[in-house]
Amino acid sequence: MPTKIEKDSVTGTETTGHEWDGIKELNTPLPRWWLYVLYATIIWSLVYYLLYPTIPGIAGLMGYSQREEVVERMAQARARQAGNLDGIAASPLEAIKADPDLLNFALTGGRAAFADNCAPCHAAGGAGRPGYPTLADDSWLWGGTLDEIETTLRHGVRTDDDDTREGEMPAFGADELLEKEQIEAVADYVLSLSTQAAGAAGEGLELYAENCASCHGGAGQGGREYGAPRLADQIWLYGGEKADIVAQITKPRHGVMPAWAGRLDDTTIKMLAVYVHALGGGE
Amino acid sequence: MFSHSKIEQNVILMLVLILITVSIGGLVEIVPLYTVESTIERVEGVRPYTPLELRGRDIYIREGCYLCHSQQVRPFRDEVERYGHYSLAAESMYDHPFQWGSKRTGPDLARVGGKYSNEWHAAHMADPRSVVPESIMPAYGFMLDRPLEAADIAERLETNRAVGVPYSDEMIENAAADLEAQADPEADTDDLLARYPKAAVGDFDGNPALLSEMDAMVAYLQILGRMVDFTDLKPEDLRQ
Repeated sequence: MPTKIEKDSVTGTETTGHEWDGIKELNTPLPRWWLYVLYATIIWSLVYYLLYPTIPGIAGLMGYSQREEVVERMAQARARQAGNLDGIAASPLEAIKADPDLLNFALTGGRAAFADNCAPCHAAGGAGRPGYPTLADDSWLWGGTLDEIETTLRHGVRTDDDDTREGEMPAFGADELLEKEQIEAVADYVLSLSTQAAGAAGEGLELYAENCASCHGGAGQGGREYGAPRLADQIWLYGGEKADIVAQITKPRHGVMPAWAGRLDDTTIKMLAVYVHALGGGE
Repeated sequence: MFSHSKIEQNVILMLVLILITVSIGGLVEIVPLYTVESTIERVEGVRPYTPLELRGRDIYIREGCYLCHSQQVRPFRDEVERYGHYSLAAESMYDHPFQWGSKRTGPDLARVGGKYSNEWHAAHMADPRSVVPESIMPAYGFMLDRPLEAADIAERLETNRAVGVPYSDEMIENAAADLEAQADPEADTDDLLARYPKAAVGDFDGNPALLSEMDAMVAYLQILGRMVDFTDLKPEDLRQ
């Protein structure tokens, strides 16, 4: 292909010298500013290459480390809140509750931690949902004082933590401890406890006294030592219809709550205890 | 002056320059691979997945969970405050392929292990809105009914071993038994736990009669981020 660079008469720009079927191509140079920006980015990339840790094992001239930076940022944030956080760490839960500043801080921090860690099960504001206890009422499975709430938070329920809350209701139906009719009778009695209907007695009462009262209490007042729910109220963990109660006696479901010690730091657990205590049912 | 037309008119010169350009591109990508040994932190506790967890991970990939969930806590304060310690290279060294992801429609899952109960996971995957009203996650209830296919579990472990996961002969021999034992609340899991410390054991999906895909999935989720104990680790221990 003949190469003949010539000046285009219309634009005054040189051609590339190539010609295809009489078509010639203008050799329009890149805009100067564009070219200089390109060169600048190339030079900048080299500078960046030297300053930052671009090669594994070599720190770079600035000695920058994202991991060190995050440790530093965490420490700075901790330092900004040191007054309150140290106060919470050093004070017993009752004292946090008594100090308006600490209480305010703990409630705010507790709400944030609750939203991420607890609300998926216990619902926003501790409203609860079937199988996951409501935290905003005064019915507690394992106790509703500040210390008891903290213990539950720290060690969980039915976890492999050494001090976990542990309690398991026998499977009266599945393990054939009671006949089907007997379970029906106990369920009727439990329902009568919850509605406080008069005249409930007979077989149900006897079976209840024999099998259930040791944990749930003679009058269905519940037993927190074993996490046995109070039955003499209208609050139900797995539903209050007779079929739900029969199902629970036949083959009980047992909820699990993770142990938060180790996962959350002590201060956060204390703030959570204060927050949960303040949701409505704290004792 | 060094010009394009000079290069275009000299085949040998063009070839040499192309070779130089391509090899720079190649070197930039290949050389770091030789430093992998030194970029993985020397931390205790990272082990190969149990057979059940490995199958759960397969299902995680099959269902495309990585499209909405990352598994990488980045070293920023907001992420560390929410999810826990930033992820280490060591924590995904036995992942083939890793599940770091690049998109968070749902939350990061790198440290989800132990955060929720098995029951919650099963309920959440069967019907996400039942526990998280504002969730937009699709439901995966079918996993409750689908028996886990695991006839080839030993081969799966072997395949992982072929790409560098240190499964021992003992692990491969016991793969099928370990898989069953982990989801069986009645099983003796001492051997399993000796081979795979910290593995979550028990019935995961609320139905001990069936070893379902949900069992595998929850077992996998329950180990995520739990292998390394960060309580005693200091930043200098994590130098690469």
